[in-house]
Amino acid sequence: MAWLKQKSPFIVVSSVLGLVMALFIIVPIFGALTYSTGGLQNALASSVVTNAIFMSFYCALLATLFIFVFGIPFAYVLSKYEFPGKKAVDSLVDLPILIPHNAAGLALLVVLGRAYPIGSFLNSFGITFQDTIFGIVAAMAFVSCPFMIRSAQEAFSAVNPAMERTARSLGATNFKVFVHVTFPLALRGILTGCLLTWARAVAEFGAVVVLAEFPLTAPVLLYNLSSTGGLSVELAVTGLLILLAIVILVIFRIATSKPARPAY
Amino acid sequence: MVLKLEHLSKAWHGFALRDVSLDVADGEYFALLGPNGAGKTLLLETIIGFHKPDKGRILLDSKDVTSLPPEKRSLGYVPQNCMLFPHMRVWQNVEFGLRMRGVAEGDRRKTVDRMLMLMGLTSLAEKSPMTLSGGERQKVALARVLVIEPKVVLLDEPLTSIDDESSRVVKDELKRIHRDLNVTVVHVTHNQMEAFSLAQRVAVMNCGQVVQVGTTKSLLSCPADEFVGRFLGYENICKGRLVKSEEGLSFVDVSGLVIRAAGDVEDDECTVGIRPEDVSLHTKPFTSSEANVLRGVVADCVDLGPIVSVSVDTGFKVKATVAKGSFLELNLERGTEVWLSFKFESVRILNKHQPQVG
Repeated sequence: MAWLKQKSPFIVVSSVLGLVMALFIIVPIFGALTYSTGGLQNALASSVVTNAIFMSFYCALLATLFIFVFGIPFAYVLSKYEFPGKKAVDSLVDLPILIPHNAAGLALLVVLGRAYPIGSFLNSFGITFQDTIFGIVAAMAFVSCPFMIRSAQEAFSAVNPAMERTARSLGATNFKVFVHVTFPLALRGILTGCLLTWARAVAEFGAVVVLAEFPLTAPVLLYNLSSTGGLSVELAVTGLLILLAIVILVIFRIATSKPARPAY
Repeated sequence: MVLKLEHLSKAWHGFALRDVSLDVADGEYFALLGPNGAGKTLLLETIIGFHKPDKGRILLDSKDVTSLPPEKRSLGYVPQNCMLFPHMRVWQNVEFGLRMRGVAEGDRRKTVDRMLMLMGLTSLAEKSPMTLSGGERQKVALARVLVIEPKVVLLDEPLTSIDDESSRVVKDELKRIHRDLNVTVVHVTHNQMEAFSLAQRVAVMNCGQVVQVGTTKSLLSCPADEFVGRFLGYENICKGRLVKSEEGLSFVDVSGLVIRAAGDVEDDECTVGIRPEDVSLHTKPFTSSEANVLRGVVADCVDLGPIVSVSVDTGFKVKATVAKGSFLELNLERGTEVWLSFKFESVRILNKHQPQVG
């Protein structure tokens, strides 16, 4: 305990409080894993379970791609340019996080539902959102887009404008500056945003269940199992989801901890 | 003139460039000198095209480039802190400008390799900018600009963020590049020694205006006004009143003491400036028919390493710089009675602040 005596009281108190926080995260996760071990094999063997997990991961990936294409330019404009009403637009980005997610699902339903003008119009082209993959992706994208936009915005803001101006003076157009300087320098922040967005999308239940309960995603399946399958089946699926999440998180951390180019 | 600025004005975040006109000749090394907040960097950034001037024109080789974007101006810019791209190696940094201009890969490789060799950077080609010293970074930033063969190279405080030794190396490199490649350089600095040791002509800036343009010699011998005088080292600046003019000399009353200055004084009320290094100190009574001699008492001594700044109270404060050896020999300390002498030619009559372009 000699080392503890050498630390300042502030560090000691902070460490203790931090430990409580860490336990608050770790204990439920490992509790669920412990109770799920018995049923894991059965859960893995069930096509309903594996299909639901695949659907969650697949739709979350599509939602992440969708937000990447539209959200990255949006984040770039928000971080680099001034325009009238910027503060209002900037505040809007956080709105999907603040409203209850089933309410978000309802908001999407009155826009994309078959009975409503836009949904009806898109339906005439064969694009239907209610109980389709499109609906799941839309619901996931809506609630998770702030994670991508905010991460990218922060990453773009961290790129020194003087560096971008230097690139312009060397002959690069605005687009080339973005491609060769700004985006590569912001890449790590953007990748972190991708992971957060994807993870949030995988876990989405409220908005998805309102707009597209089917095809089943993992959170919706869990909800259904709670009323029909019993706690042991539910815990097995939960354990499987947690294990997959840990594997993906570890792979992502390893991938993003290495620079994209040879170490300098 | 390769670069010509005509009545350039630009308001920016509560600061303004006002009616700046300058000419820079082909192959000239030109310095923009001024204190922090004088508007040097804003002027440089306006020349490059980061800011659109409110008024005036920028001509490059007689072509109006005022409304062209930075990438189309054929100017090379080395910003403060170099701003090397950290995600690219040295070679890629130097190649960047050629790549942006669509130069073919084979030509790019040859040109970059040649430039790295010219700058003595070949051994650093595969290194990351993060691993370079301040001086090396400056050389890479210079190579990155020179490789695109700009009409004018614009340097923003290139020696500010590096240590003295690296600064000397980069300064020599700048001289060599200018001499060997005959490039036109506009060098922004707040350091007069830096400007005078490199530039053929210097523009002194203050409050968004060009106050005086000239060679080192002309600026030091004839500062346009009190600001330039003070900025260029005329530490002894006193208000005076003209008593009489006789045989090319002006007799000026400063705090009851008459000082003789070479040249004419236009107004009765005037300001005189004397550089501390033009003042000699004597511990024994001294007389001269060719110099002003004042008697006083040492008020303060400040050790500046190889020299000592001695402040003498003669009725008004006069600063003199003395070599450390002479200072010890004279055995000066507070309260020592001394005689100051300075030639008539070393007394400058300074005008009130008045922008002047020449």
